[in-house]
Amino acid sequence: MRALLVFQDGSYYVGESLGAIGRSQGEIVFNTGMTGYQEILSDPSYAGQIVNLTYPLIGNYGINDDDIESRRIQVSGLVVHHCEEIPSNWRCGYSLQDYLAKNNIVAIKGVDTRAITRHVRQKGVMLATITSDETVDEALARLSKMPAYETADFTQVVTTPEPYLWNLNTSAPAPYDHKSGRTAARRIALLDCGVKYNILRSLAKYDCETVVFPCTASHSEILACKPDGIMLSPGPGDPANLHPIVETVKHLVGQKPILGVCLGNQILGAAFGSKTFKLRFGHRGSNHPVKDLNTGKVYITSQNHGYALDPDGLKDGMEVAHINLNDGTVEGLRHKELPIISIQYHPEASPGPTDSAYFFGEFMGLIDQGG
Amino acid sequence: MPRDKSLNSVLVLGSGPIIIGQAAEFDYAGSQACQALREEGLRVILINSNPATIMTDADMADRTYIEPLNVEFAARVIEKERPDGLLATLGGQTGLNLATQLAEAGILEKYGVRLLGTPLEAIRKAEDREEFRNLMKQIGEPVPESWIVTDESQLSDPASAGIWPLIVRPAYTLGGTGGGIAYNRDELYEIAHRGLALSMRRQVMIERYLKGWKEIEYEVMRDANDTAITVCNMENFDPMGVHTGDSIVTAPSQTLTDREYQMLRTASLKIIRSLGIEGGCNVQLSLDPKSFRYYIIEVNPRVSRSSALASKATGYPIARVAAKIAIGMRLDEIENAVTRKTLACFEPALDYCVVKIPRWPFDKFVGADRRITTQMKATGEVMAIDRTFEGALMKAIRSLENGIIGLSNKTAHLLSDIEIEEALRVPADERLWAITEAFRRGMAVEEVHALSDIDPWFLNKLRHLVDIEMRLKSNGTALVRLASDEKSDDLTASHPLAVRLLREAKFAGFPDVTLATISGVPELKLRSLRNRLGIVPVYKQVDTCSAEFEAATPYFYSCYDLEDER
Repeated sequence: MRALLVFQDGSYYVGESLGAIGRSQGEIVFNTGMTGYQEILSDPSYAGQIVNLTYPLIGNYGINDDDIESRRIQVSGLVVHHCEEIPSNWRCGYSLQDYLAKNNIVAIKGVDTRAITRHVRQKGVMLATITSDETVDEALARLSKMPAYETADFTQVVTTPEPYLWNLNTSAPAPYDHKSGRTAARRIALLDCGVKYNILRSLAKYDCETVVFPCTASHSEILACKPDGIMLSPGPGDPANLHPIVETVKHLVGQKPILGVCLGNQILGAAFGSKTFKLRFGHRGSNHPVKDLNTGKVYITSQNHGYALDPDGLKDGMEVAHINLNDGTVEGLRHKELPIISIQYHPEASPGPTDSAYFFGEFMGLIDQGG
Repeated sequence: MPRDKSLNSVLVLGSGPIIIGQAAEFDYAGSQACQALREEGLRVILINSNPATIMTDADMADRTYIEPLNVEFAARVIEKERPDGLLATLGGQTGLNLATQLAEAGILEKYGVRLLGTPLEAIRKAEDREEFRNLMKQIGEPVPESWIVTDESQLSDPASAGIWPLIVRPAYTLGGTGGGIAYNRDELYEIAHRGLALSMRRQVMIERYLKGWKEIEYEVMRDANDTAITVCNMENFDPMGVHTGDSIVTAPSQTLTDREYQMLRTASLKIIRSLGIEGGCNVQLSLDPKSFRYYIIEVNPRVSRSSALASKATGYPIARVAAKIAIGMRLDEIENAVTRKTLACFEPALDYCVVKIPRWPFDKFVGADRRITTQMKATGEVMAIDRTFEGALMKAIRSLENGIIGLSNKTAHLLSDIEIEEALRVPADERLWAITEAFRRGMAVEEVHALSDIDPWFLNKLRHLVDIEMRLKSNGTALVRLASDEKSDDLTASHPLAVRLLREAKFAGFPDVTLATISGVPELKLRSLRNRLGIVPVYKQVDTCSAEFEAATPYFYSCYDLEDER
């Protein structure tokens, strides 16, 4: 069936319907990773977004039951050049198109994804819609009534409704019992703004059990689980909307070692006086070079963010520790005295290179030094 | 660290004559290196015995010596020119051997010449079988189990290892005579007994036979600051057993999940770090198609045929960057020559599919054994780029210039069904066309896979092409009618099926000449029909970054898609 991808600025692309029939809308972004579409689909940081994948052959290895990063598909829509109908991989359980259809995701295939990427690069991210039953004008009229991406607080949508516990034996969230004893050497309290399971899996490998709290949890609720360290998760949306979470974090500073990742990095920055600004087309892919200003070493990182921290406002001992080599934006912070570290990219990879997995180890070091 | 300021002049060693198993890649690499060094203000002195190369062109080096690549001549050049450094890792084995000899003869020391780039020690470690295996064990990277056996009593170890099948290779026999594959204990003793008898030194090597495993390659780079990156990964169409130089290869890999991709990437970076390579390196791995198990097969600790392929496939100039690393620069100090905005310290993101097909000289060696195995027979290769695998494959086939332009060669249709099965089972230069013929005869992908071990993903692509061919045949009259319709002002409305089929065939890379032969529409008429329908190619950039950044000096490939970037 014929489908349209219509941009807010009036440009549009004609393709074929993929997945569910209907309409999907969101901010259109692109990801340049050549593998990892399943992880991307289930990454909560893509809530409210239509993801255009630049690699033209998608679905080659299908979908499996293990490489899922949250409890559901999180993207609003998906744009691909070609979707492979007959996948091939030993773990493959379903084809991508069946998976999308089953989960009611409206996607589009057969469009020039490179032209779309160039358009987003030149004009910046904007609202767009995938539709199969409207004219371009009808779709545009509908888009004009849509609230801007910045106005929504997506963390409320993707966060866990109830606290849960994750340890080495976990494959899906299990309810957290306040009375239960410890099952690992360290306990981490994680403020869930849109966590990916591989963060929890990675922590478990470092002999940590993680209590995952809804992003609305108060600092006293978080500290009540007697954590050894606190982690601020990645997540979707404009960090400027998250004042209550920033306030919670201000109360946690100085209490326990803190690790911030992606949105967590921006929330920490905000707690230390910085503001964020929107990047024209964000950083989304598996090949972003980041330099550790302390060691001079460069890491290839997995990234997914549309906002960056303005380093100018940072105060109270917080300083920039990592920068992006492509555009010089802030990629990590470190506190001069307190055990607080954070990075804008993804140590949990999934998808992407695992070069930064060591960062969890650094966090463990801070915890084991007694905070 | 910026480039080493104590260096003012560098001697570059060329690779000498072009031989079978070594194409023009070292000329390509050496030329890039000369340019890269001069860009940094260094005086470049070049020795190469082969004047029929690009690198010996007058404007490549400041001083070019077309002299034999041996110690005697090189020593005289060094004495006369007094270079500060010697760059030998871009000239293949010839350059490396000469550098080793110059070091051993004390000439480098005598004239204060520093060896630049990867240390010789690292190269030896990668190339010596035992040292390499020990290093892999130390860093916990798996190598295939193997045993060297000189007496039948030693067979109890491999026999009791519980790893079947095993491949038995007698040492020092011509063409591997007397070897074979053992699926059980009895076969192992029988084959090894025969092999020991045939081997001049009574020695056989026994190794785990990775039948049907995927062969994957990573091109990786490292600088002296220990920053390491992947330029490109590649997946062989032909599974283990065929030399990668003799295999059809795609870039990037097509059938690996992110987890598999990253697992092998991590292993490759671990290896380049453990060897201490400063420059580029090629890592070949074998992956079980049914689990996460993998083995390290081989490492080429320098610029190679594969790196030349990876450079052209990605737009990332490996030899150029390796030369800059050799003079002390870090990856994050070297510019990305395509974008001119970003740095060489990143990993290229491809938004197209690359297919390489080897070119064998069997048209010149008519009586030669055309089977392809672990020893490379190809003397060249072609590479094509498209937005689809089918498109890239069809372009590559045409580029071979061996008289085949599409899905049929001159012989496959003459083979019996049994001969086709044999041609699928035993890799030879024209297996690709045995596969298409098998599909034409109605064989299922599963059957072809069972015989060839080629991943079903690739086979399904070939079957898709054969499907299109068959539909073109059965719809020939509809296409003729479409092409002869001079009156209709909306051809798509009046001939919807024929137009859709023509579009599908062009998107899948069918050349006009093939379409003409199959459909019966004359080639020129077909072309004007395509123009009327607007089914014409557009040109897209190879820009290293999937359009994330604007490119200053990209190159272009044709494809059937929407936007033309010229």
